[in-house]
Amino acid sequence: MPLASSVVSMALATRADRRPSMTRTLWDSSVGKKTIMAVSGLIMLGYLAVHMLGNLKIFFGSDEFNHYAHWLRTLGEPFLHYEWALWIVRVVLVAAVVLHAVSAYQLSRRDLRARPTAYVHKKARSSYATRTMRYGGIILALFIVWHILDLTTGTVHTGGFQSGHPYQNVLDTFSTWYGNVIYIVAVLALGLHVQHGFWSAAQTLGVGSATRDRVLKTLANVLAVVLTAGFVSVPVAVMTGVVS
Amino acid sequence: MKLTLRVWRQQNAEAPGAMATYEVDGISQDMSFLEMLDTLNEELILSGDEPVAFDHDCREGICGACSLVINGDAHGPERTTTCQLHMRSFEDGDTIDVEPWRASAFPVVKDLVVDRSSFDRIIQAGGYISAPTGTAPDAHATPVPKPDADSAFEHAECIGCGACVAACPNGSAMLFTSAKVNHLNVLPQGAPERETRVLDMVATMDDEGFGGCTLTGECATACPKGIPLPSITAMNKEWLRANRKVRR
Amino acid sequence: MSDYTNYRTGEPLVDAKAPTGPVAERWDTRRFQAKLVNPANRRKHTVIVVGTGLAGGSAGATLAEQGYHVVQFCFQDSPRRAHSVAAQGGINAAKNYRNDGDSVHRLFYDTVKGGDFRARESNVHRLAEISVEIIDQCVAQGVPFAREYGGLLDNRSFGGVQVSRTFYARGQTGQQLLLGAYQALSRQIAAGNVELHARTEMLDLIVVDGKARGIVARDLVTGKTDTYFADAVVLATGGYGNVFYLSTNAMNSNATAIWRAHRRGAYFANPCFTQIHPTCIPRTGDHQSKLTLMSESLRNDGRIWVPKAKGDDRPANRIPEDERDYYLERIYPAFGNLVPRDIASRAAKNVCDEGRGVGPGGQGVYLDFAEAIARMGRKKVEEKYGNLFDMYARITAENPYETPMRIYPAVHYTMGGLWVDYDLQTTIPGLFAIGEANFSDHGANRLGASALMQGLADGYFVLPSTINDYLARNPHTEEIDAGHPAVTEAVAETEDRLNLLLAVDGDRTPDSFHREIGELMWEFCGMARTEQGLREALDRIPRIREEFWRRIKVPGTGEQFNQSLEKANRVVDYLELAELMCLDALHRAESCGGHFREESQTPDGEAARRDEEFSYAAAWEFSATGDAPVLHKEDLVFEYVHPTQRSYA
Repeated sequence: MPLASSVVSMALATRADRRPSMTRTLWDSSVGKKTIMAVSGLIMLGYLAVHMLGNLKIFFGSDEFNHYAHWLRTLGEPFLHYEWALWIVRVVLVAAVVLHAVSAYQLSRRDLRARPTAYVHKKARSSYATRTMRYGGIILALFIVWHILDLTTGTVHTGGFQSGHPYQNVLDTFSTWYGNVIYIVAVLALGLHVQHGFWSAAQTLGVGSATRDRVLKTLANVLAVVLTAGFVSVPVAVMTGVVS
Repeated sequence: MKLTLRVWRQQNAEAPGAMATYEVDGISQDMSFLEMLDTLNEELILSGDEPVAFDHDCREGICGACSLVINGDAHGPERTTTCQLHMRSFEDGDTIDVEPWRASAFPVVKDLVVDRSSFDRIIQAGGYISAPTGTAPDAHATPVPKPDADSAFEHAECIGCGACVAACPNGSAMLFTSAKVNHLNVLPQGAPERETRVLDMVATMDDEGFGGCTLTGECATACPKGIPLPSITAMNKEWLRANRKVRR
Repeated sequence: MSDYTNYRTGEPLVDAKAPTGPVAERWDTRRFQAKLVNPANRRKHTVIVVGTGLAGGSAGATLAEQGYHVVQFCFQDSPRRAHSVAAQGGINAAKNYRNDGDSVHRLFYDTVKGGDFRARESNVHRLAEISVEIIDQCVAQGVPFAREYGGLLDNRSFGGVQVSRTFYARGQTGQQLLLGAYQALSRQIAAGNVELHARTEMLDLIVVDGKARGIVARDLVTGKTDTYFADAVVLATGGYGNVFYLSTNAMNSNATAIWRAHRRGAYFANPCFTQIHPTCIPRTGDHQSKLTLMSESLRNDGRIWVPKAKGDDRPANRIPEDERDYYLERIYPAFGNLVPRDIASRAAKNVCDEGRGVGPGGQGVYLDFAEAIARMGRKKVEEKYGNLFDMYARITAENPYETPMRIYPAVHYTMGGLWVDYDLQTTIPGLFAIGEANFSDHGANRLGASALMQGLADGYFVLPSTINDYLARNPHTEEIDAGHPAVTEAVAETEDRLNLLLAVDGDRTPDSFHREIGELMWEFCGMARTEQGLREALDRIPRIREEFWRRIKVPGTGEQFNQSLEKANRVVDYLELAELMCLDALHRAESCGGHFREESQTPDGEAARRDEEFSYAAAWEFSATGDAPVLHKEDLVFEYVHPTQRSYA
């Protein structure tokens, strides 16, 4: 019964014959963009873990903390020039932040377009962390700008920014009430963002499964709590005078 | 039971819509939700009004036609289809809000009826196995391990009602799409088209204007057939794999 | 009272397409004799397929694969929602994977016997042969049938047979098979070979120069009535069980397509052969809009009983074992709870008529799994029937694992339908009817898991072969002129009917008339029929019809999405079809299969067939609304399975 396919054209118009490049596909697809968000998010998460551990050095005094800051600039020498390693990290981070943010923005626009009329009867059920991903992201983006202007360039720093003396700079920031408020709010937002974001990234990258779900959720919670506690410990220590 | 219904009325796709309030009396606990609406419609017809339009057909939870958001929940408070929801889930004197699925990919046709042909187009993009009639080998030629067969079945149970889209805050069709991708991709018969299937279905899903997935899990909670959330994870994995493989 | 019952007997019908010779070779012979259309010419032919269920979906996909241009219609919003989706139990195939003595011949034999010797041997044998290919086809499409740990397909046994030949996908076999066909159809839609019109309902057939050349259909969203032309028209529009108002059919399943085709000249065969399914959930009150079936597979492990004493209203669990009457096991020891549907239904009716029914109104019998749970364990029962138990619990708010389910028979399937020859062509050349819409394969009673088999056999394998012959012999070269009188007349008739429905502006809803005719049919043309009752029904139906056209109220307009108008228009046709069903039931003064005439029973209350007088298919020719139709008899010849009084004892 099957007919000679040369006579009866059964060729189907799939997209196979004009498949775009992998990068194009990633960028154009909602699933691809989520992948970009997942990968960039994990890069930032890795950075944050290191950053947080570095921050804790403040508990060992100004010498050790300032020395650590200096070491970061000489990392990779003599193979790398002074600050090259740091700049490489910065470039990667900026790329991650930009990709993460642009993807988030575009995906959010898509999501809002997909539901032009809201339900009259409103009901929210998903977890707080899930619902606040967008706002949390915006808070974090604004925080990053402030944070760099405050402690990297010193542009908005209060108390006289001293390049090469991060210990004192940190003390300055956390001796203002708004410095503490901004920082702590941002860190809490970060915790929530990581809690859903880490698990979500795992799903996007396809490593989640029914059996692994509990492990991933626990890991996400642990990461969120450890990062939050680690980062918050510094302003709290300054405020309480443990670090001075 | 006596109830107050607030129902979305919209003459057609272009017209603006609004909630209208109706009182219904003499509702039995044993009625299905749709039988309660039948009662309202009989009254509306006799009073010369147009009855509330809603999609429904089999009324046994399998055709996927019924599609009401009841008090903010797709298919209402129980995990089932609207037609299998019974009035015993409500109390005498309740006010019940009834709305259509809301998504730009599901434009309203009239009142509570929406156009879900975007789902059909997602299937047309690759939600099939190319096996023209008459070409099949014997059914036992390829054994399928039971866990794979069971997994395929679990995903194949999707009735295409669209509750996942209606419940998702982003109006995403990921659960629907992943159910079909996983049904077919787990089977040996589906293997030859495994990569093109997932890539083309996801691309069509995006083209139709569905939102993206933020893994809120609302879809799986609303799904009357219990398609699980990890279904989406599995599709993401398939999609990434396909993206690597298809260009090799 | 009209002279409706005063029908005339016309020329006998002969199935000119069925080859003679050994029954096992007839299908091969026919396929060889049939003319073929050159593959290159196929795309020049347009075939209209109405309906997207198992028969329509599979036919549309297969015809498109062969190269024809298919224009397909469904009134649902998607082809995937056709009511085949609701079939639960399974699909038969003579694979003999169980090595339990099954064969094509046995499936053939079982089906002819199960149909109470009112089906054509040629058709049934073909069905049994093709059953094997269907399973192969569906597995290749990815239909996730139940499998065993070795990875091979599982089987179960089903009512009316003693072998395990039923393939299944938990309790959702119909859904899975339909999705297979839907997906195949979707592939052809994407390829541009099928032009699909969803939410579009066929309202009339266009017959030009004696040949079916198109349809009149209404776009249910815009309300626009349009014409579509083709070289052949295939009706796959399902059965007409909704005449009864309460049935297991979907709410929108209707008889309009086949009835309008009948009015245009297609003979309607055996309209009184309706199947009452024994295992449905009993109704709860007047608000009931439809009935829900529980798969017959439940009878494999569940035991059916009622109390021995009349009016015993103790809860089931408090009735001791020796006060229970497992009446099917008692009356039919060989088949027990697995007797065919008609027998199980009638037995349930009998015990309820005796006053031993259970539940509200005494309209129910128990289906008890206590013994099965004790034997297999609750887990195994859950695995096998979990979704059915859940469905029962949701509808009734009772837990079937703890208290026995209550079931009662309900209208489920119609064996009658448009008369078709061996090629599935109706008496209008170029009009084909497949699946439940035709009358062909099940005789007076359909065996469980055979509807899916027939729908797919017709759609995947039979029609795509036989329609070639018609198209090859009728190469329509000229386009149909939209101004052709046959076209304008069909359009005008449709629009007039719709306009009239809107214009009456009476004081009764379409549903109220549907309910009235349904209750009348259930009472007089339901599980048991008498001459007196049928005459009364035939007396009342024209009066209901007259009242309908006086008092119907349809709000809104025809130029919009209007579900009341859709409904009212379907009721118009029920009001005519019901009359024909009663006439057919009246004229067939024998009992056979699903048609039980109280006047014709054995001393112990079993259906008594009268082969000397009624061994024929009754095909009715329409004359005019309310006027007596003409009866054409097609004699049934049994060369292989010799009619005997069915015995399941």
